[in-house]
Amino acid sequence: GGGDKMAAPLRVMVGVKRVIDYAVKVRVKPDKTGVVTDGVKHSMNPFCEIAVEEAVRMKEKKQAAEVVAVSCGPVQCQETIRTALAMGVDRGIHVEVSGADYERLGPLQVSKVIAALAKKEKIDLIIVGKQAIDDDCNQTGQMTAALLDWPQGTFASEVSMGEGGLTVTREVDGGLETIKVRVPAVLTSDLRLNEPRYATLPNIMKAKKKRIDKLSLGDLGVGAAGNLETVSVEEPPTRSAGVKVENTEQLVQKLREIGHI
Amino acid sequence: MDKIVQLNTVDFDVTVEPGVTRKSLNNYLRGSGLWFPVDPGADASLCGMAATSASGTNAVRYGTMRENVINLEVVLADGRIMYTAGAQRRSRKTSAGYNLTNLFVGSEGTLGIITKTTLRLHGIPESMVSAVCTFPTVQAAVDCTVQVLQYGIPIARIEFLDDVMMDACNKFSNLNYAVSSTLFLEFHGTEKSLAEQIQVTGEIMKANRGSDYIWAKDQEARDKLWRARHNAWYAARALRPGCQAYSTDVCVPLSKLTEIIVATKDDLIQSKLTGPIVGHVGDGNFHCLMTMDPRDKDEERRVKEFTDKLARRALAMDGTCTGEHGIGLGKRHLLTEEIGAVGMEVMRGIKAALDPKNIMNPGKVV
Repeated sequence: GGGDKMAAPLRVMVGVKRVIDYAVKVRVKPDKTGVVTDGVKHSMNPFCEIAVEEAVRMKEKKQAAEVVAVSCGPVQCQETIRTALAMGVDRGIHVEVSGADYERLGPLQVSKVIAALAKKEKIDLIIVGKQAIDDDCNQTGQMTAALLDWPQGTFASEVSMGEGGLTVTREVDGGLETIKVRVPAVLTSDLRLNEPRYATLPNIMKAKKKRIDKLSLGDLGVGAAGNLETVSVEEPPTRSAGVKVENTEQLVQKLREIGHI
Repeated sequence: MDKIVQLNTVDFDVTVEPGVTRKSLNNYLRGSGLWFPVDPGADASLCGMAATSASGTNAVRYGTMRENVINLEVVLADGRIMYTAGAQRRSRKTSAGYNLTNLFVGSEGTLGIITKTTLRLHGIPESMVSAVCTFPTVQAAVDCTVQVLQYGIPIARIEFLDDVMMDACNKFSNLNYAVSSTLFLEFHGTEKSLAEQIQVTGEIMKANRGSDYIWAKDQEARDKLWRARHNAWYAARALRPGCQAYSTDVCVPLSKLTEIIVATKDDLIQSKLTGPIVGHVGDGNFHCLMTMDPRDKDEERRVKEFTDKLARRALAMDGTCTGEHGIGLGKRHLLTEEIGAVGMEVMRGIKAALDPKNIMNPGKVV
């Protein structure tokens, strides 16, 4: 890691999404329009935590000049931004989207928001989580790069700064792929990129004083209307009980009965 | 019954039901800047940890369950529900009436069933540094520990591994540590405080003929350093594949620790037993991880004799026959020797008052 010659410190933007906490048992609403979110613990998407950690480490290594966290959603997203601030991010931007608009919010609009903010804030590097654990879309980073016409380093498990750009190791199906990416660029963080720090009390207290700007979709020229409609949400089929067999002959017989062989 | 009932971050307390484990609580707390530090190793139920007065590697800094349980909801033997500090109470201190909370902590289910516990939380340390240091003798390692504490260094973890244990760890984890008395240390604090703690500790280690220092700052390096200590149980078992492992547990005043460890190691050799030693040396507490061939009845007898002798050796040194693991069935005879006749009568009186029909974990502790 690390380059021989230090490029000028980058202005970094990190996207953070508020999702249902990964430890929660998710329940589908009886009307099948979605999952139960009322009274359910929410926290920062784990891949977003990794993205924030990477940006903060760059700042500590003086490779980043300023780190800005952005989140799109209802007022509770400010808690998510505060967590990012407590981890070391400098300031936050909350793009407030609530009610029916929030139900319809998807990666395309979020990408448009991030792209607009990247131009506004003169960002050199965008880091987002590879996907959110609620919708598993894995689209925002790629769409943002396309909208900005920037190169992308997705599923990053290692990032190092060098002259003129970044060396990114990507986790791909066949193993690991290493690419070189010029800035400005978009990265998406994969699981093994780093181990995010815990926010400590003193940093949480300091974070309360850091700035969070509020904007609306309209301020950024992004339309609220999406082109996706959720038709229904259902639980996966309940698992049927397993069957114990006495010996290999019975196993083969059973497999034949259910048509597996 | 697996809910985190109430978290109060400003008050540093949380109330949980029995199904909540230590790791799931700390997971839940991770955005709050708080944690519950008592760490017995396993991902245990917190109410279970209260019932057994669990302790762990960082008791030297954060205490055991005795110091960290504020209130309990208990179901008594006759079905009445009681709050040991009163319903909803969670003040940081109190002098109201008898300390029922600590009566139930460690009672091993013999006085009532714990259905909720209110715990004391601590701030997550800003920074951590870990270190390993080798010493030529048990004495040198223990002296170093005593001095670290005398200097007022708020050491978070200080663990002793004897030469047999280090050899086992080297073999099991493919490491290259010196095969000698070793200390594993962990420091918690702000960056400035850590620099100070490390500097003073480094001098103490050197003065006690410590060598081969390794220091680790970031998460990945620290994890690697501690892996040897964390795998101690498996490393001990791997010394004699196919054997069972049996852990002893005694605790003595620090001034007696060198004496008891040296006497214990001699006894192991005399008794022809394999028992690598690992200890929470900052508390004067250590475990011999005995390996035992289940088919060898004579070895089983020798292990039993050895462990009884070890417990009595600790008692003779003003210590306790169990630092962490509790009395259960196996140490009831030792409890009588430790507490004395009058103390046992009082304990039995309390048991009779709370559980006259002896339905609560009968046959244990008293």
